[in-house]
Amino acid sequence: MSITYAPVKSLRLLRFDRVQRAAHWANATLFFILMFTAIPLYFGSFFGIVLPRHLIEQIHLWTGLSLALPIVISLIGPWGTAMRQDIRRINFWTRDEIRWLRTFGKSRLEADKYNPGQKLNAIFIGASILVMLVTGSMLQWFRFFPVSMRSGATLVHDIFAWLIFIVVIGHIVMAVTHREALRSIFKGWVSESWATRHAGSWLKEERRSEARLDRKTKG
Amino acid sequence: MASESPKADPERPERRINVGRRVFLGFTVLGALGVAFGNSAQNVLGDVFGSGFAGLLPGGDRFRIYSITGSYPKISRKKYRLVVSGLVDRPTTLTMDDLEAMPKTSFTKDFQCVTGWRVTDVHWEGVKLADILTHVGVQPSAVAVSFDSYDHADTESLTLDQAHLSDVIVAYSMLGAPVTREHGGPVRLYVAPMFGYKSLKWLSGIRVVDRVEPGFWEQNGYPTNGWLDGTTGPTNPDPGLT
Repeated sequence: MSITYAPVKSLRLLRFDRVQRAAHWANATLFFILMFTAIPLYFGSFFGIVLPRHLIEQIHLWTGLSLALPIVISLIGPWGTAMRQDIRRINFWTRDEIRWLRTFGKSRLEADKYNPGQKLNAIFIGASILVMLVTGSMLQWFRFFPVSMRSGATLVHDIFAWLIFIVVIGHIVMAVTHREALRSIFKGWVSESWATRHAGSWLKEERRSEARLDRKTKG
Repeated sequence: MASESPKADPERPERRINVGRRVFLGFTVLGALGVAFGNSAQNVLGDVFGSGFAGLLPGGDRFRIYSITGSYPKISRKKYRLVVSGLVDRPTTLTMDDLEAMPKTSFTKDFQCVTGWRVTDVHWEGVKLADILTHVGVQPSAVAVSFDSYDHADTESLTLDQAHLSDVIVAYSMLGAPVTREHGGPVRLYVAPMFGYKSLKWLSGIRVVDRVEPGFWEQNGYPTNGWLDGTTGPTNPDPGLT
C-alpha cells in the first residue's frame, strides 16, 4: 500500500483503492435495490396497495443473482491485490480484537485497518450474500426442492433479510457519524492523524513497510 | 506494499485466529440448518406456543400476495356475480345474497403456497362447491369444472371428483372477516388439499366442462393436480379428506 505526501505535508494513507471503492459502491447499489424491492414484496399484503408486483419481482431476482459479482470480480485478477489483502485482514483476528468485541469496545485496542466491529460487518455481509443467494435461488427454482425445504428457505431468507436491514442501517449510521472514515470510501485516503486515532496498528504496519521499501530502493 | 499479508509479517509475531472464516461458516451453517429444519422448528414452536406464536416470527404466517396482472380487481359486494354455466341443467347467476343463503361451511385449515410459505390455521367460510354443483345440476357428460377470475387472467380447473371434496369451497369469509380485495374478495375459491395456486382469487365464473382445462398456473408448468403431498395422481391420495 503506497503512502503519498500531499502538498501541505500532512500524511495521507490509502485506505481503499479504486477497485475496492468501485466494489463497495456496486455492492451497496445492489443491496439498496434489493432492500428497496424487498419491502413491497414482503409487506405487500400489509399495505394492501396495488403494485406492479411482477416487475418488482424481476428486479429483485436479477439484482439478487448479480449480488456476488462486485466482490468476486474485485477479488480475482491482478487488480484485486488490495481486496485480497483486506480479506486476509478481516479473516485473521488478534486476541485483543476478540476481547474488544466481547467487551463491546471497552477493552484497549490498537486497531487494525478495520476495527473488529467493521470486520464483523464485512464478514456478516459476505456470509449473508451467500445465504441470500442460495435461499433466494431455492425460492425461485422451488420445483427442485421438497416443500419443507422451500418453507425453510423462506424462513431463512426472511430472517437474514431482517438482520441485513439492521446491519446495513447500523453501517450507514456509523458512516455518516464518522466523517473522515466516510470520506475514505469516496476518495480513498485517510489522514495520518485519523489513522493514529482509529487504526494505530495499521499505521505502524504501513510505516514499517514504507521503511522497508525505502531501504530496498536505497540499498 | 500491497502483496504482503499481515499474517506473514515477521514483525508481527502475535498469534492470529481466523475468526472471519469461522464466523462466515457459522452464518452459512445457520442458514443451511434453517433451510433443513426451519420448517419442523416452526411447526414444533407453533404446536407448543399456539399458532399465534408463528406470526411473531419473521417469515412465519405471512401471506405473500401474488397477482398475475399486477393489480387487484375491485368488485363491490353489491355488484358481485358468480356465473355458473356449461354442462348444467340450470345455468345460474348467483349474487352475494344467494351465496350467503346457501348452506354455510366453515373450517380452519392452513394455506400452503407451492413456493414454500404457509399460513397456519386460517379460518374459512363459504359454500361447498359440491352444493353449488348440486344446486345447478351437473349433466352426465360433465368431467371437470373450470374457474374464471375477475382479473381476466387467472383460470383454474378441478376434476368433478376433486370439485366434490368437502373442503373445496367457494369462500366469502377468510381470517374471520369478509375476504379482502387482495386476498381475492369478495369471493374466491379455496381448495384446501392443494397448493395455493389452485385457490383462484376473485372468482367470477364456474363452468362445468367435458375435459380438464389446465389453468393459468398449470399452463406455466405447475401440476394440474396440485396435491399438497406432491403426488400428481388424478385422485385425492388421502381418503380422510373426502
